[in-house]
Amino acid sequence: MKIWKSWVIAAKDFSIFRNKKSVIYSVVLLPFVVSISLPIAIGSGQGIPPALLSELLNSFSFFFIILAASLTTVIASYSLIGEKVEKSIEPLLATPTTDGEILLGKCFAAFLPTIVSIYVGLVIFMVLTDIMTYKTLGYFYFPNWDIAIMILIITPLASILSVELGVIISSRVNDVRSAQQLGQLVIIPFFGIYILSQIGFISLHINNLLIISGILLVIDLFLFYISTITFNREEILTNWK
Amino acid sequence: MIDVENLTRVFGDVKAVDGITFHVNEGEIFGFLGPNGAGKTTTVRMLSCLISKTSGEAHIADYDVSNYSDSLKIRKIIGLVPDNVGLYEELSAYRNLDFYGKLYECPEQRRKENIERLLRMLELWDKRNVKVGTFSKGMKQKLAVTRALIHDPEILFLDEPTVNLDPESSKIVRDFIFELKKEKKTIFLNTHNLDEAQRLCDKIGILNTKLRAIGTPEELEESVWGKKTVIQLEQINEVILKALDKLSLGKIVRNNNKLTIDVVNPKLDNPNIVNAIVGAGGHVQYVTELSPTLEDAYLKFVRKSE
Repeated sequence: MKIWKSWVIAAKDFSIFRNKKSVIYSVVLLPFVVSISLPIAIGSGQGIPPALLSELLNSFSFFFIILAASLTTVIASYSLIGEKVEKSIEPLLATPTTDGEILLGKCFAAFLPTIVSIYVGLVIFMVLTDIMTYKTLGYFYFPNWDIAIMILIITPLASILSVELGVIISSRVNDVRSAQQLGQLVIIPFFGIYILSQIGFISLHINNLLIISGILLVIDLFLFYISTITFNREEILTNWK
Repeated sequence: MIDVENLTRVFGDVKAVDGITFHVNEGEIFGFLGPNGAGKTTTVRMLSCLISKTSGEAHIADYDVSNYSDSLKIRKIIGLVPDNVGLYEELSAYRNLDFYGKLYECPEQRRKENIERLLRMLELWDKRNVKVGTFSKGMKQKLAVTRALIHDPEILFLDEPTVNLDPESSKIVRDFIFELKKEKKTIFLNTHNLDEAQRLCDKIGILNTKLRAIGTPEELEESVWGKKTVIQLEQINEVILKALDKLSLGKIVRNNNKLTIDVVNPKLDNPNIVNAIVGAGGHVQYVTELSPTLEDAYLKFVRKSE
């Protein structure tokens, strides 16, 4: 596999995204707004007991995972359905590039902007939150192992899950909006976890986060298998709608 | 250069291409004529290693289209202009070509030179930094042809390259195909346009799931009804008809004072016919050859297959 070819495909997609304002707004602005508004919300809730605050902060951090899954879907839809809409998939497949190289390029294109944006947002969130909560907690809450697992393991896995789902959805729908709407289904389980943590049903600490990571990894591997079967030039040209 | 033997492709219960066999020589323009759904695009896709064959054999420059490692080599030496141009409308013409040049592993210097040379040839150089989305259909089609040539392919597959183009743009694309022929490129042309096929192609195949006929445009035309001579006389009478009967010609059809006669060799037969008519006291007003067209051939073979 020639990784540089995947990078060429991703770089082309980045150039296209630069011209799509909706993508720019979603990927850049949304994490930025969340990274500022959540610490402000925490700061306004003075008097929260430190033990409860810790749970709340982990729940809020988990919100970025929902964002990562959601934003990746937005970009993956543009990246894959865009080729279908512009009918550029056939000349692309006619080049001496393997299906795997093209699929990896599409994964780079959807994954990298989201991850960079989410990581920048998380850094802002952590710094602002530490400033807001230092008085209550008496120490800087971030960084810690919980957020490390969220950032370094769960966020990329959630993002990859969205890309893989995007590939499968792209084989069945013909327009970007439908793909995005269907793709947003990916956030339901993450949102469920977020709600359960908010109501205190589960705690988002290291053990539970590792279990979530393990489950995500298994789902990612399964969907990777499905998406490689789906993203096959013969399938694309004869069976994709 | 292109060798196809009994090539077949089945989709579910439908045979899209049924046991076609043909050979295209290096530097030749081979035209595929056929109605919609005849299997032209499916054939091009099989030969471009985009979809697999169900049975049969196909080799491009001695590489086997069904062999995975060969398929990558084939894609390096061919260029494809699909029926939909499929350009990136948000990107400039230059960026589109540069992207494909990279995927075709064209070295940077050669890539730059080819982009400039081809864009200049097709009069698009001044528009190189303009977004493709603003281009007319004709400009997009020309750019799609340019894209297929960015890596100097030996073989070019063109699927309906002038469809939906205005006459001027069609002419530019056709002239460009002629230029490519001079460069000894092998060209496989799918088209509905009989006039285009006649003007461009060295050899033509008429496809309607099966290959119904193959030959040079002249061979196909002659296969419709051979050669005919039309003679307009001032007056036809029995003496003239009897004189013609003695010449042992083919079928003679009389229409008022016009005779349509099947001949084997017009150069030999026509003087004898005129002499016989004049000898019988006839007065010849004009003699002309009735030539079947490629359209006649196309309709004959396609209708026969339906």
